[in-house]
Amino acid sequence: MTTFDRIERASRARRTTVKTITYVLLTFWALMVLFPYYWMLLTSIKSYSAYNGEYVPTFFTLQPTFENYVSAFSEVPLARYFLNSIIFTVVTTGLMMIVIVPAAFAFARLEFKGKNLVFSLFLALMMIPNELVIITNYQTITNWGLRNSFAGLILPSVTSVFYIYLLRENFAQIPDELYNAAKVDGTTDLKYLTRVMMPICKPTIITIVILKVIECWNSYVWPRLVTDDPSFFLVSNGIQEIRENGFGRENIPAMMAAVVVISVPLIVLFLVFRNKVMAGVSRGGIKG
Amino acid sequence: MNKENNLKGWLYLLPAILFLGFFMVYPLVDVFVYSFEEGYNSASQTFFGVGLYNYSYVLHDPYFLQALKNTFILVIITVPLSTIIALLISVGLNSITPLKKLYQTVYFLPYVTNTLAVGLVFMILFKKTAYTDGLANLILAWFGKGPIDFIDGPYWAKMFVLCFYTIWVVMPFKVLILTSALASVNQDYYNAAKVDGTSPFRIFRKITLPMISPMIFYLVITGFIGAFKAYSDAVALFGTNLNAAEMNTIVGYVYDMLYGDSGGYPSYASAAAIILFAVVFTITLINLSISKKNVHY
Repeated sequence: MTTFDRIERASRARRTTVKTITYVLLTFWALMVLFPYYWMLLTSIKSYSAYNGEYVPTFFTLQPTFENYVSAFSEVPLARYFLNSIIFTVVTTGLMMIVIVPAAFAFARLEFKGKNLVFSLFLALMMIPNELVIITNYQTITNWGLRNSFAGLILPSVTSVFYIYLLRENFAQIPDELYNAAKVDGTTDLKYLTRVMMPICKPTIITIVILKVIECWNSYVWPRLVTDDPSFFLVSNGIQEIRENGFGRENIPAMMAAVVVISVPLIVLFLVFRNKVMAGVSRGGIKG
Repeated sequence: MNKENNLKGWLYLLPAILFLGFFMVYPLVDVFVYSFEEGYNSASQTFFGVGLYNYSYVLHDPYFLQALKNTFILVIITVPLSTIIALLISVGLNSITPLKKLYQTVYFLPYVTNTLAVGLVFMILFKKTAYTDGLANLILAWFGKGPIDFIDGPYWAKMFVLCFYTIWVVMPFKVLILTSALASVNQDYYNAAKVDGTSPFRIFRKITLPMISPMIFYLVITGFIGAFKAYSDAVALFGTNLNAAEMNTIVGYVYDMLYGDSGGYPSYASAAAIILFAVVFTITLINLSISKKNVHY
């Protein structure tokens, strides 16, 4: 065996060791991430008596049951919370698109007096934390008598300067020639926006929609402030309500069933649009 | 540029300006007004005078001081720890090819899950009740320790759970950003270093770290900001009455002042929110000045 072979073999052995350790650590963290999901699924299919009979928790069950899902929908208004969240998410996201698309278009394509000044002001607003404005918004919505209404939930959640900015950057990349050609053909601005620009920028628009849907589905603070009537609770507040006043007894398996039900939609959305979600978040998601 | 064009531009902006005006610009001015109005009454919308009393009240309120302490502990523990763990994971992820996508998908899951919902799972894992010690205590028992009630028990135990959960929640964003930063480092540098026979640790310290330092600082800054605004993670674990649990955060204090059993004091809430903003602003400035010295662009 030559010296070269020996060095080569030693280095290969070292590489294998490093790879193994890497995989072990990565798998460890993956289990840490997955375990709570496993635990909530597992608990949700244990029966009430079986769960409470376990002084030492077991890691699997041999008698799966769906009774918890039945009680999650029948004993607490989970379906109501779910429906509210869907209405809130769809209307807020829809309204947001109606507001931000024309604004992004104006900033990217139209020429008018004061444009740059307004754009700078918009950018400055991106730095304002929600906590500062939420106090007055709460007073405003209360004064308008919009507490416990969808209008009160939705209105302050509609705009997002950041998404206007993101969309404007994308719109601005479309060459001027297209716009001028459309102008010569007599296409109106609105038609150009909806028929040309929006289709070209579809990937960005989808990303924005997905990010907004995630934000709406998980929003907790604002809904908690403006609703105290459970018939307007969204899923986050619903789960908190279930936890505090829920099933009339500590029914943890049924709670876990509710948790599974409200977690599934976003997980499915994520698995379907995996690349879009991750690309979108790395461009603009802030959480951490 | 003509009049018609001017009008059209503003027309397209009108909805955005209306929404931002009502729900961002006006509130931003108003929060400062509130914070200086003394003895403001929500019901009659009247106040006695103008001054700094609200700030002094908040700064002397034991609940606020508790919230301030909790928030600072949370920030100091979770920001460095989560960044370091995320860096380790990302370096690991970048060095493998098989299963990389699967790991990335799994690591991202907490980002798309409802914090309140999964927080409930964490609560159950850590809670000790009359019927069961819970899973965390089962694991402690394997090492001959415990049982400890992590949810209603001693302060440090509750803080541990809060930090643990916070790290679990913020990890996806950090791993995502660092993995893409690592992947975009020019391979030529690594190849050159390999030719020179540089050790892996030295490569990491001398090439990888400087190349991704802007992204690390970005994560540290957003991490500080995010951790200072912690609230819903604490609610998820300890319920809505955070003051009773001694686990309130600054943002939680703001909302408690505004609403709920202890609410109805928008002036105190405003003063607390502005104090929070001042703290976050100062820390961000410090971070930026440190990063100017140490980050290689």
